[in-house]
Amino acid sequence: MSDTTIATAASVAPASTETVLSVENLKMHFPVKGSGIVRRTVGHVKAVDGVSFEVAKGTALGLVGESGCGKSTTGRMVTRLYKPTEGKINFEGTDIANYSGKQLHPMRREIQMIFQDPSTSLNPRHTVGSIIGAPLRIHKMVPKDKVLDRVQELLEIVGLNPEHYNRYPHEFSGGQRQRIGIARALTLQPKLLVADEPVSALDVSIQAQVINLLQDLQKEFDISFLFIAHDLAIVRHFCPEIAVMYLGKIVEIGDRESIYEHAHHPYTQALLSAVPDVKQAAIGGRRERIRLEGDVPSPINPPSGCHFRTRCAIAKDICSVVEPPLLQIGKKHKVACHFPGEIHQHPEKPVTAPLLGVDEFGAPDPGASPAEVPGDGPGYADTWYDLANNSRGSA
Amino acid sequence: MTDLSKTPEATPAKGGAFLSVRDLKVHFTTSDGIVKATDGLSFDLERGKTLGIVGESGSGKSVSSSAIMGLHRGTNAMLSGEILLDGVDLLKVSNEDMRKRRGRDVAMIFQDPLSAMHPYYTVGNQIMEAYQVHNDVTKREARKRAIEMLDRVGIPQPDRRVDDYPHQFSGGMRQRAMIAMGLINNPSLLIADEPTTALDVTVQAQILDLLQDLQRDFDAAIIIITHDLGVVAEMADDVLVMYAGRAVEYGPGKEILTNPEMPYTWGLLSSVPDLTASTEAKLIPIRGNPPSLLNPPPGCPFEPRCDHTAKVGGDLCRTTLPDLTPANSGGSHVKRCHIKNADEVYEAEILPEIAPDLVED
Repeated sequence: MSDTTIATAASVAPASTETVLSVENLKMHFPVKGSGIVRRTVGHVKAVDGVSFEVAKGTALGLVGESGCGKSTTGRMVTRLYKPTEGKINFEGTDIANYSGKQLHPMRREIQMIFQDPSTSLNPRHTVGSIIGAPLRIHKMVPKDKVLDRVQELLEIVGLNPEHYNRYPHEFSGGQRQRIGIARALTLQPKLLVADEPVSALDVSIQAQVINLLQDLQKEFDISFLFIAHDLAIVRHFCPEIAVMYLGKIVEIGDRESIYEHAHHPYTQALLSAVPDVKQAAIGGRRERIRLEGDVPSPINPPSGCHFRTRCAIAKDICSVVEPPLLQIGKKHKVACHFPGEIHQHPEKPVTAPLLGVDEFGAPDPGASPAEVPGDGPGYADTWYDLANNSRGSA
Repeated sequence: MTDLSKTPEATPAKGGAFLSVRDLKVHFTTSDGIVKATDGLSFDLERGKTLGIVGESGSGKSVSSSAIMGLHRGTNAMLSGEILLDGVDLLKVSNEDMRKRRGRDVAMIFQDPLSAMHPYYTVGNQIMEAYQVHNDVTKREARKRAIEMLDRVGIPQPDRRVDDYPHQFSGGMRQRAMIAMGLINNPSLLIADEPTTALDVTVQAQILDLLQDLQRDFDAAIIIITHDLGVVAEMADDVLVMYAGRAVEYGPGKEILTNPEMPYTWGLLSSVPDLTASTEAKLIPIRGNPPSLLNPPPGCPFEPRCDHTAKVGGDLCRTTLPDLTPANSGGSHVKRCHIKNADEVYEAEILPEIAPDLVED
């Protein structure tokens, strides 16, 4: 392993590296069928409704949000377990969104997945050796008589005893089973790993072991991660870049510091304030937090305009009329809000109105001319909207 | 066994506590031998106070609280010790008497509200049943009370939602309905077993707020079982850390989380990332796996995973189970560890790892 791979794979975001995955305006609408014989489609669950992001080589993008926000669906579309309704999934330059099963076969080597629950994602009637060896046999990666050697090598990489290839999943503990799942995902030496809540089913002391293992593997094999989790502290630890999702859309995306220190979206702020903190013990009592009332609205009938407005403390008239675009407000920071700002510093007037050609109540403004919204794409633009001066900024 | 059965001398035997658990043991006979799920647990809890129990899966947290609820009756579990609730030993009362107390004096909120609620009955029916069992009321009155409780826990349009089935509720609403069911008889002791583990952070915050509001209104004692130290830090007055069926550290929450003196607690604190820590640092996991409760070794149960055994010297850790002794920081803080200067070790070795910003002062 050379020094250069270590440098790019470190947990800090590399300045600019090759993009492995670029997702553009990805949508997944599940049909809702009516009752009766004909079972007509009566509506759609808009599980994912137009998300765009990029994952650079050897880094990790974290997807966070409440359950039902579409983060797992996004992961499953990237691995092409689902066929997207609309949008592009560019993996190393090729759009795999509409690939057929046959075309996908070679792609499966490159994109692998780690599942949440290690006890249900491993076949109980197969030995560990057969589970980990299956991808090798299917993809004919190594000659048949070498499969066992490779399986033992993988078991050793993930910190299990190579002699245990003959055991069944139930003979392992939860943490060990998750290691088996990781070994299986590594067999084909993928370039991108989609990890869907890889540690949330594990005990705290075991969580840290698995996270450390994933980080070591990332460094050693230069793997990119799409890391889906609802634990904000774990995501902060693992991912240099984070996207916050709400009701099928990305509401804020940016590097670690932008999201955790300078969150501009009221939803991100509420999420962060809700995390219980161990350090609170020294102070006593509960932390000051932003209370979100009610539940996430149904994705069948999402609210008009901004999806978050029904639970937002700073929502105004414009929020119910016009949907806020994902506006780039920093070098690596985009936010979808009409009133972006740090806590208690949200602007009075919608900063997005002039860009969209509407007045501050959301009605079309004949005087204004709609401008191009900076940041309307999967990556980051070189210029962005500077909130302090209400003008274009750049690096 | 005889040696272990003496009450740990360090735990103050307060007579007046509302709930007083003394040397509780829950053993299960299996074909492989006796599983000592809880082995000599003692704690006290006052009204209006919250006790947080932390530990890994299999450390005996849930088994102990089920014992307080009397849920081991009719199973092959062997219980010994005392569970004094308001002076009455819950282990000695008859099944019929326990049935009357369950739900009225002691109520429990389970971890997964989807599997804890009956899918075939409406939410309202299940809440009403809990009320009708203990109160001689008509169906109409019970329904009124159920709607009142649903409203109290913040379910919108409770008069309509009362006729919904559990699957029609979202996860957070189901947990609220469970809390409504648990609190409908104004129990004086509420056991919440991982009440927020299956929930999102925003909903978790709502549920914790709700529990605190209700505790204030009803002056209930709450036992909150969790593995999330953040939740414990914000909710609990007292903290009990369990490992392999025993208390390994017990005391006021602030003491336990700011001056822990037991390597297992150190491990728990250093293995969770927080929202302000440096991301360059690696997480420090506790190595190995939790021990089997079948035939536990004679020494400290944490010894095989402990990095600090060298500080004790000899093979004391391997041969002798440490007693619960008062911690060096004083007060009612007790720990089960052989290390003499645990407070100094914590300051010198552990604190710089988990909170470098606190070391300077």
